[in-house]
Amino acid sequence: MAARPVPHCVVQALHPRSDMNTAGGTSAPLLWEDEIPGGAHWSAVLRRGVELRLIAQGDDANVAALFYNREQPLERYNMADTLKAQHTAHLTAGCVCYSDMGRILCSITEDSCGWHDPLCGLTDAAQIAERYGATRFQEQRNERFVSSREGLLVELGKYGLGERDLVANINFFSKVVVGDSGAMQRVAGHGKAGDFVSLRFEMDALVLLHAGPHPLAPGPGYAPPAIRLQARHAAPPAANDPCRVRCPENARGFINTERLYLS
Amino acid sequence: MSGALVNEVRDIDEIVPAGEPWMGVVRRGQTLRIVDLEGNQAVDTLFYNAADTAEHYSAQNTIQGQHGIYLTTGTVLLSNRGRPMLRIEEDTCGRHDTLGGACSAESNTVRYALGKRHMHSCRDSFLLALARHPHGTNGGMTRRDLPSNINFFMNVPVTPAGQLRFADGISAAGRHVELVALMDALVLISNCPQLNNPCNAYNPTPIRVMTRAHA
Repeated sequence: MAARPVPHCVVQALHPRSDMNTAGGTSAPLLWEDEIPGGAHWSAVLRRGVELRLIAQGDDANVAALFYNREQPLERYNMADTLKAQHTAHLTAGCVCYSDMGRILCSITEDSCGWHDPLCGLTDAAQIAERYGATRFQEQRNERFVSSREGLLVELGKYGLGERDLVANINFFSKVVVGDSGAMQRVAGHGKAGDFVSLRFEMDALVLLHAGPHPLAPGPGYAPPAIRLQARHAAPPAANDPCRVRCPENARGFINTERLYLS
Repeated sequence: MSGALVNEVRDIDEIVPAGEPWMGVVRRGQTLRIVDLEGNQAVDTLFYNAADTAEHYSAQNTIQGQHGIYLTTGTVLLSNRGRPMLRIEEDTCGRHDTLGGACSAESNTVRYALGKRHMHSCRDSFLLALARHPHGTNGGMTRRDLPSNINFFMNVPVTPAGQLRFADGISAAGRHVELVALMDALVLISNCPQLNNPCNAYNPTPIRVMTRAHA
């Protein structure tokens, strides 16, 4: 295994807000820490064996997220395969995020809020303007309202990817329940300040995030909370890892994934 | 009107056997009818803007737009750009799925057993259709252009507790769904060959695909 990279941004590890949010059993030292301002988009490569914790810095946060195989980004997060394999329509600790090639991009190892929405998709520019008002950089500068679709398209463009790569996404920290008739209802007040979710990367992944409002959030006030990011090394998933043993499907998903990295 | 255009709007009436793909164009104003000939067949379907295939049916835009996960009469199928593509005008089945996606060789290894990789799957059919059809090859369409699809006649309920179930089908022999095209739409169908799932009683069957001018 390669030597650990030299940590950077560790000075922020002493920030009181991050100390408040280290509950949950994670003891590995921070590799780095960062913060996505509310309404901003972000991307990075996260290597296999790194765990990324997302921490909501306010109530009712939402993070639109997509994952791609860093080596071959045509392999990407697949909503349907993720839901089918685990017989679930919501994501929480113990669940994994499948690619369209039967492999696991990342595992959800910790989750303080119990439900993340994989169904509802992204906001687009027209919705944001209608719900929160039209804004432009000319007047609002970096306080302008950016839709999740446009934020993620910008991040995709940095890697030579584009609209055809923008597949169905996850909305972390948001809960949407489905009634017997099929009607979807967003649960207001589900996510609280300090809520966190940890993603252990099982593949070298391109990770795209946008800290914007959920598409079913009613408006009118535009105030998406910031998201704190913390990266740590994670131990390889053990034979009794909760994500691996959640269902026989996940055991096979881990086999498919581990075969890719055998050398 | 040119002869070529007259030919393009000629009505289609074809039987698609189980395990076969089908690809064709439905012009704006035409209707597309898909008939479940023998009952509980899953018809994996994608729609593209025929003039620009980077615009395609979006499961998430569609369920977001109607605040509901099931597709039935009145559902407007929305594109990834948030635009209406087709509207379901008639539905004698009552409910269609758009969360379950397509089966693939790779997802079959996860869902059933590692050894199921070599069984025929919807993604293989989609890729074969793209390789065969002028729209696929000339349009440069690849696996990149396979987003989450519709499963006509499939029943995939979500419980209030957030579980996903593959329930017994609610379709039956002869039931159909009819859609009117709100833009020129390229249609990509895989008549599902899945042999591992009880939803079709382990017996994939033919469908009928028809188009006609909208009344």
